[in-house]
Amino acid sequence: MGTYDQVEAGTEIPPRQYQVTRADLVRYAGASGDFNVIHWNERVAVSVGLPNVIAHGMLTMALAGRFVTEWAGDPGAVTEFGVRFSAPVVVPDDDKGATIEVAGTVTEKLADQAVRVELTARSEGAKVLTRAHAVVRLA
Amino acid sequence: MAINLEYAGRTFEPSEPYEVSRVKIAEFATAIGEPSPLCRDRAAAQAAGYPDVIAPPTFAIVISSAGAAKVIHDPDLGVNYAMIVHGEQSFSHTRPLHAGDVVTTQSTIESIRPAGRMTMLTTVTEIRTLAGEHVAVARNTLVERGA
Repeated sequence: MGTYDQVEAGTEIPPRQYQVTRADLVRYAGASGDFNVIHWNERVAVSVGLPNVIAHGMLTMALAGRFVTEWAGDPGAVTEFGVRFSAPVVVPDDDKGATIEVAGTVTEKLADQAVRVELTARSEGAKVLTRAHAVVRLA
Repeated sequence: MAINLEYAGRTFEPSEPYEVSRVKIAEFATAIGEPSPLCRDRAAAQAAGYPDVIAPPTFAIVISSAGAAKVIHDPDLGVNYAMIVHGEQSFSHTRPLHAGDVVTTQSTIESIRPAGRMTMLTTVTEIRTLAGEHVAVARNTLVERGA
């Protein structure tokens, strides 16, 4: 867990891998209310030109957010959080699903115990988030 | 039909009130794998200084997307929903949402930018309590792919 006194610009947050299966997409659809068919129906996803069912961009963003909040130890510590969705996370119909690897680096120490973190997220070699950053208050 | 550029700058009516519940926060936290007891255990959240269990930062999408949906489904705006992909998303929180909050949203179309065969539609949605306290703002950019 990161504390304000321990981190400095350049501190790296240990990367983590998250598995996303079709079941996770169904669960996220229900919890978020986003029932867009491309997140659960392969037939429709392929018909609109996608390689397969893709994860909700917001689920990928949520995993990157969790990466930060688990490091900070408080889901309420994130004050700013932004991403650009640069490539879809393709989720095959198997038990393993897709793997999303998230990494982060502290780039700036701010006032009020806050730090700026730049994040990366990759799946199958592709950058799935770009310009991903958060401002998080640390203990 | 192209997106109606005259909608840039337009502010929509505030939404109906949304009540943030402990059950919905826990459901959302489980769906994203957020393990924190602060999302599930009221006593733990209060010990950390919060009034009740708190939502993870991206929970705000559950509330803001309802407001944004009203915008993109406005028939006069002319969005082809089948061609929409999520381009960018950001949140700025004055404080975390917590169980018991009753909030409304108000959306403004910040910009509509044609880019080649695509159009970028950026909507800003403010989330405030019924008492007027600012909680968060969500900025959402949708990309309409060219047909």
